[in-house]
Amino acid sequence: MEKLKKPDDLMKFRKSLESTYRPGMVRIFICTTGCRALGAEEVCKAFKAEIEKQSLADKIEIVDTGCQGLCARAPVLTIEPMGVFYGRVTETDVPEIISRTILNGEIIERLCYAEAGKRIPYIRDIPFYSKQKRIVLKNCGTIDPKNIKEYILRDGYAAVSKVLSGMTQDQVITEMKNSGLRGRGGAGFPTGNKWELAKKAQGDIKYMICNGDEGDPGAFMDRAVLEGDPHSVIEGMLIGAYAIGSQKGFFYVRAEYPIAVEHLKIAIEQAKSLGLLGNNILGSNFSFDLDIKMGAGAFVCGEETALIASIEGKRGMPRPRPPFPATSGLWGKPTNINNVETFANVPVIILKGSEWYKTIGTESSKGTKIFALAGNVKNTGLVEVPMGTTLREIVFDIGGGIPGRKKFKAAQMGGPSGGCVPAQHLDLPIDYETVKEVGAIMGSGGLIVMDDSASMVEIARYFMEFCQDESCGKCVPCRIGTKRMLDILTRITKGEGTKEDISLLKELAEVTKTASLCGLGQTAANPVLSTIRYCLNEYEELIDKKGVQTSTQQAPATQP
Amino acid sequence: MHKTVTVKKESTPAVDLTKCRAILSKYNSTASADLIPILQQVQDAYGYLPQNALEEITARARIPLSKIYGVITFYAQFSLKPRGKHTIKVCTGTACHIKGAPDIKKKITEVIQIDEGQTTQDYKFTYEPVACLGTCFLAPVMMIDDRYYGKLTVEKTETILKSY
Repeated sequence: MEKLKKPDDLMKFRKSLESTYRPGMVRIFICTTGCRALGAEEVCKAFKAEIEKQSLADKIEIVDTGCQGLCARAPVLTIEPMGVFYGRVTETDVPEIISRTILNGEIIERLCYAEAGKRIPYIRDIPFYSKQKRIVLKNCGTIDPKNIKEYILRDGYAAVSKVLSGMTQDQVITEMKNSGLRGRGGAGFPTGNKWELAKKAQGDIKYMICNGDEGDPGAFMDRAVLEGDPHSVIEGMLIGAYAIGSQKGFFYVRAEYPIAVEHLKIAIEQAKSLGLLGNNILGSNFSFDLDIKMGAGAFVCGEETALIASIEGKRGMPRPRPPFPATSGLWGKPTNINNVETFANVPVIILKGSEWYKTIGTESSKGTKIFALAGNVKNTGLVEVPMGTTLREIVFDIGGGIPGRKKFKAAQMGGPSGGCVPAQHLDLPIDYETVKEVGAIMGSGGLIVMDDSASMVEIARYFMEFCQDESCGKCVPCRIGTKRMLDILTRITKGEGTKEDISLLKELAEVTKTASLCGLGQTAANPVLSTIRYCLNEYEELIDKKGVQTSTQQAPATQP
Repeated sequence: MHKTVTVKKESTPAVDLTKCRAILSKYNSTASADLIPILQQVQDAYGYLPQNALEEITARARIPLSKIYGVITFYAQFSLKPRGKHTIKVCTGTACHIKGAPDIKKKITEVIQIDEGQTTQDYKFTYEPVACLGTCFLAPVMMIDDRYYGKLTVEKTETILKSY
């Protein structure tokens, strides 16, 4: 590919791509990332073989995509332009899909999504999709992430082009501040303000880091965005790097995400070959280079100072702040770290403007949020909704409710740093503040639904086990606090708890929260505190009745 | 995270260092920032981190062996012991946990007769839990090498393991 030397070149390149678009082609979008585990690659191969066998290459095109969201129906595919959505597709269905649906326009009922006994063939009619607002995920599942041309056809890199053709660094920062975008990694710090701090910091070299160390058990949106639309994250980083004056960036990605790493590598290579990464991007004075650093399996490395230590090749342990990374980060240089989803929000804000972005969401939290919906819910998958959507809408309207005849008990939000949100708060509009008020956190957006068979004490014990295992051991409150809390919780779930244990737990939780060095310890007690707050009766029953619980599926003795 | 390591000279057999040297030669600088990528590649090449390979790294990269051990023992990914031909990673994430991962773990131990963190005597399997594979919609899920197995049942787990 020839390098693009000025913003005009990008526009021309897009136009030339548009002219190669062949109308009348049927395009089959198959998720080959998340759905891989359930045979998507075999389905893909079967399609390609069948197309060749029937000489249909000029009529049908297969597009390998990232996650399409409705993972519960994996492997999934969408047929355009009809807009037919099929799930649980196997290789043996392939000839039939081609002969009946594509060549004859018939619907194959058994492959359609079903709700309340009704088959829904078209994607636009499926409530799971129609009730979402997909801004960040707009390309996820609808383009081939391994082909930069498809991203460019969707206005890709147009935001960078806009920035480089006439916005100053301060204008970019003002636009971001005005948009109200807040960090999607969990803490919710305003992105524009973060960039401003990094821009003001003195230093000849500044670093831009993308935090893709998505370690929260139950969160997989960053994986999906990196796998399904890696260029949007690269473009967001480019804009941020320009704003703060950085020339060098790093992606820090979990080693457990091999497909994300593979797609990122391809994306970086392709962006380099078009001159969208490297020296003098689009003919401007701005140069930016990107590298990937793979994590090595440590949850605490999601914490920014620990992440920096890990990139430096050290044990990934956090250090006290200040100094904040904005002034002294990677190798002591000013460093800005944002999460994957945060960066993926940036291009659309620049392109459509902060005024447009501000119209989505609530007073304090703007834009959309992606939730990873999992657990005891029918439609597990990725859901993007405006801030302020209620939990009920997410779990019941989009998620399709609870399978079987079970009832909704609680949703665990924010992973091991979060808390449970019980049924009484189902109608709470979700944003950073409201979630905090009820004792959970937005976190990275993991949302695990639990039905009435789940034991909340066991869930609290499970998260404490996780935090205790992942505690880096540097500071005493976290290292010992999590261990002692785990001991008590284990004791209670074994039916060996005493009355004093609850107050002891609360006391330990407060100390660990106040005195720990980093976010891991400061939030480790949240699941305990929130389950005590809402489900104290479960603790008391276990203590009073000395009931033994070994599995989460086992209900406490008095549960209906 | 706190792994107890006993470092004995004779703990692992000496390996042929050709692959290790080839990896080291890709790095011009001896910056400590390259340590983790070097260790990752060496582990990929040998399946674990052999003692004499670490000594080679310490000599070439001029990073003290104590520091290298510090890094290795911090990260869950690294192993100082030879590993099995296949690695079974069982997801113990929240979604898997509430969908029956504890039963899957019991079954694996029953079938291959080892506990988490161990390797079978014939070096066929290494069995380790992982915090979350980020594939919650497949819960409960395990990964054998690079392949995902989702929506596991106890019976399915046994069939899969026996197919290796």
